[in-house]
Amino acid sequence: MDEKKDGPQAGLSDWGIPGTYIFDHTRSRVGFELNKLAYSLTDPQNREAFKKDEEAYMARYGLTEAQKDAIRRRDWLALTKHHGGNIYYIYKLGAATGSGLYHMGAQMRGETYEQFLETRGAKGAR
Amino acid sequence: MAKIVAGIGSSHVPSFGPAYDGRKFEDPDWKPLFDGYVPVREWLRDTVRPDVAVVVYNDHGSDFSLDRVPTFAIGVRDIYEQADEGFGTRPLPPVKGDADLSWHIAKAVIYDEFDLTVCQEMKVDHGMMAPLPLLFSHDPDWAVRVVPIVVNVIQHPLPTARRCFRLGQAIGRAVASYPEDLKVVVVGTGGMSHQLHGERFGHLSETFDRRWLDLIARDPEELCRMTHEEIMAAAGAESVELIMWLVMRGALAGGAVERKHLNYYAPMTTGMGLISLAAA
Ligand SMILES: [Fe+2]
Repeated sequence: MDEKKDGPQAGLSDWGIPGTYIFDHTRSRVGFELNKLAYSLTDPQNREAFKKDEEAYMARYGLTEAQKDAIRRRDWLALTKHHGGNIYYIYKLGAATGSGLYHMGAQMRGETYEQFLETRGAKGAR
Repeated sequence: MAKIVAGIGSSHVPSFGPAYDGRKFEDPDWKPLFDGYVPVREWLRDTVRPDVAVVVYNDHGSDFSLDRVPTFAIGVRDIYEQADEGFGTRPLPPVKGDADLSWHIAKAVIYDEFDLTVCQEMKVDHGMMAPLPLLFSHDPDWAVRVVPIVVNVIQHPLPTARRCFRLGQAIGRAVASYPEDLKVVVVGTGGMSHQLHGERFGHLSETFDRRWLDLIARDPEELCRMTHEEIMAAAGAESVELIMWLVMRGALAGGAVERKHLNYYAPMTTGMGLISLAAA
């Protein structure tokens, strides 16, 4: 498998905290174009263009196939764990595709949104 | 001469925005948060009466991008618009700056060997805008002028906790050398415990947060000794932004401080802390 094209990037750091993917140089390098795309969605016109034609919009950036595929699948865990996505940037992709932070988080935990909310103390504060 | 009269440590959780704008002050799930800010806002308005707030916050990929990441930056304008974080902006007036004081701080701090990136155009995101209306009135316009200090707490390597504290000390010296009679409050924002990515999403630690709230007033030296790894392992990867509270604490370090208010609430995914310190 050509990892660079198809799979998770090699050489990502492990800081030894379970379930945690620290945004250091290993991820920022790999995720540079991905985070750049997400950052562009702070512009309302770009949000419209992205919503209208995701594939055409993604083609403007130098993403790997695996990164594009993770966006297509709305796989927030893979984007942050394997593809160098920083959550504060990826969050803008979530907003543009109708996933709020807690929906993204539930998926990253491997839970439904409802299951995740049950783990919180006062779930109205969201 | 200008004088630092108080310090505030406050979370800057984005959900404060819609809750505040939607006036959920009496909503039982939000009340413990908003009630904590009322006495602090009144104390600032009636007793402290600051002219300027130095607000230490971080950008969350809203205006700064990963093209260039300044470790420390300062805004030097008279006005700061809100950044669009992906879903428009909030119904709040633009933040008023104090370009004269900002440039003075930039010059003094850089000659004091803290090499700030100087920003003449800068939009501010929830790092500043989540707590600002909870602390200062904005109707019809903001009650204070703001000097924004921006810290990279997103892309490692981050500045150390101790470096943040020392930057605060340099800001304290810079303010004290400003000739105008101004009362200045320093606001350190961010945290508390939270993690927003990975399978560990939602990690909280009230124990860590309570310890931080105690030590920030009483023994900041112990917090300065903490590594990023220690903070992230105990309180979640994104909690490391708490180091920005140490800029605030450093700015007050010249004299004794008195803790005036303390509030803590952790309803969802972030420990929401608030502390106020009066310079003695
Ligand atoms: Fe933050």
